[in-house]
Amino acid sequence: MLEIKNLQASVNAKPILKGLNLSIKPGEVHAIMGPNGSGKSTLANVLSGKSGYEISGELNFKGENLKKIPVEERAQKGIFLAFQYPLEIPGVNTNNFLKTSLNSVRKANGEKELDTMSFLRLVKEKSSELGIDEKILSRQLNVGFSGGEKKKNEILQMKILDPKFSILDETDSGLDIDALKIIAKGVNSSRNKEKSFLVITHYQRLLDYIKPDFVHVLSDGKIIKTGCSELAQELEKTGYKKLN
Amino acid sequence: MKQQELEKTKEYKYGFTTDIESIRAPKGLNEGVIKFISNIKKEPKWMLDWRLKAFNRLKNMKEPNWQKPKYPKINYQDLYYYSAPKSTKDKPKSLDEVDPKLLETYKKLGISLKEQEKLAGVAVDAVFDSVSVATTFKDKLTEKGIIFCPISEAIQKHPDLVKKYLGSVIPITDHYFATLNSAVFTDGSFVYVPEGIRCPMELSTYFRINASETGQFERTLIIADKGSYVSYLEGCTAPMRDENQLHAANVELVALDDAEIKYSTVQNWYPGDKNGKGGIYNFVTKRGACRGNNSKISWTQVETGSAITWKYPSCILQGDNSVGEFYSIAITNNYQKADTGTKMIHLGKNTKSKIISKGISAGNADNTYRGLVDINKKAINARNYTQCDSLLMGNKCGAHTVPYIKNKNHSSIIEHEATTSKINEDQLYYCNQRGLNQEEAIGLIVNGFCKEVLQQLPMEFAVEAQKLVGISLEGSVG
Repeated sequence: MLEIKNLQASVNAKPILKGLNLSIKPGEVHAIMGPNGSGKSTLANVLSGKSGYEISGELNFKGENLKKIPVEERAQKGIFLAFQYPLEIPGVNTNNFLKTSLNSVRKANGEKELDTMSFLRLVKEKSSELGIDEKILSRQLNVGFSGGEKKKNEILQMKILDPKFSILDETDSGLDIDALKIIAKGVNSSRNKEKSFLVITHYQRLLDYIKPDFVHVLSDGKIIKTGCSELAQELEKTGYKKLN
Repeated sequence: MKQQELEKTKEYKYGFTTDIESIRAPKGLNEGVIKFISNIKKEPKWMLDWRLKAFNRLKNMKEPNWQKPKYPKINYQDLYYYSAPKSTKDKPKSLDEVDPKLLETYKKLGISLKEQEKLAGVAVDAVFDSVSVATTFKDKLTEKGIIFCPISEAIQKHPDLVKKYLGSVIPITDHYFATLNSAVFTDGSFVYVPEGIRCPMELSTYFRINASETGQFERTLIIADKGSYVSYLEGCTAPMRDENQLHAANVELVALDDAEIKYSTVQNWYPGDKNGKGGIYNFVTKRGACRGNNSKISWTQVETGSAITWKYPSCILQGDNSVGEFYSIAITNNYQKADTGTKMIHLGKNTKSKIISKGISAGNADNTYRGLVDINKKAINARNYTQCDSLLMGNKCGAHTVPYIKNKNHSSIIEHEATTSKINEDQLYYCNQRGLNQEEAIGLIVNGFCKEVLQQLPMEFAVEAQKLVGISLEGSVG
């Protein structure tokens, strides 16, 4: 699915990722943990194609070099990023945004665009599956949403767009336990042999609900340790310091 | 350019008497030219006198210059004031000869091939479907007693109505451009809806034959008699290229007791190139009089074109309980400039006005909302609500709000709200990450911003306007 070799990324000549290697196979869930400023969000941004980074190294998605592919095409190819800070877009109805988005992705993949009725059915199905009140979808996109609502909205979007590879950038930060369960449910219910996830988090807590196949520790722009889910528990006790 | 001019003059010399298709008044502004126009239109004497009166007045007038966008001095003696539709041989023979960029835009707007031909001025008018469309259309209107025709035809066939109402909202002495228009106007629309009639369809210049080449000095007059209703759509939703520099149209609306007029404009004239070269000066005077009690006039405008847009579609609320509305979207990109807004003059009791203005600025453009709410001593219990929102894209553009409020009545309530916001890179990135390309993303954000105004447009117009909003901002970010 995803093959990263010696990935280096810098902003204004300041290196952030310094030779990162990561390989994610279909069906796998990988967690990335690490202290503040270790490059976790940069990794998420670079994978999604955000501009403003100078990049070297290899970045392959399903055998295709991602580096020259713009953000929207990466999204259309099945890369989804659940934002750490979802953006507010005043005046834009959430449902309308989701429908436009879904149909862009479908169109790019040669699928038929969904009409409003089928779209609303899909939304109803997915939101009730996750236990999300679909009322938030008739509001302006993320405007006046609570922190929890914003994150839930990200996961609902993920469910609806049904991507092949999802990155969750600290989706669990600032959530209460109920919201956390919804997020986990969103991921767990989508897990199958073909889909992969990269879960970026500060805390082991989320990994009680989403069992990762691998846990990586990112520090100073590199993965310094990889293990199975027990590694996360160990980190919770000892902290990151010991690893350096 | 010089060479072209030369050839045109040549053509004029030889074609003057023989080819009625390419007839053109001699260059310049003088009594002779006005007589020429009046004569060609076979106007009655009273009309010519009216024009000359305006012309004499014009001699002592000066162009206003209080507006924000300045423009180079216009040499009024260097313009043609009458030019009949281009001869067939000047027109492209097929779409293959039309600028491919223009066609691409048509495609994006979802305009059918037939329509594209018409909009691009391909010489197929005679066989074009809309002739039959227009005919059935006309029959339906005639049945209801509605008059909808070119104003030049109305001057001949309905002189009483024209005499009574022409210049009654915009006096010939009003201001430089309005007076100029009164002297030299060439054509435009005339609408009369009789008492108690609800016009069964949206009236649009689009349906009117010969409408596509009306001159730069249009004159439109719409009268809604007691208890009637009419919705009028002006302009063309697709871009028109035009070499003319100055457009100074006058539009007058009159609503009598219990009548309602809804006037929608989508303006997309040539805005000039990326560096601000060329483009239309759109200096238009639009004014409506709610002359009767309980009457209503509603202006909706989507202004995306022109190098400079300078207009204030206004309402004079004379009748008691009359209502004036102004919904506006003004988009400026590259080096475009707009100074637009409205005037709501409250004279009658319980008059109400509502102003919703959305200005969007991108590139190096400059966008000004300027509006006047004027509440007269006698306008007891008048109400106004104004909302002006500005959206900026990038950091080289400007947005300004200049509201004037004159209130001479204690019982009135006036509200004014204004916001300024900015589309940022992160919002676009977020949309991109959901699979939307730059154009779709901007379209979505901007349409969200102007939703309240777009909702005012008739359905079929709204869809095209939405797309247009996205297209006119193309290339404005990143």
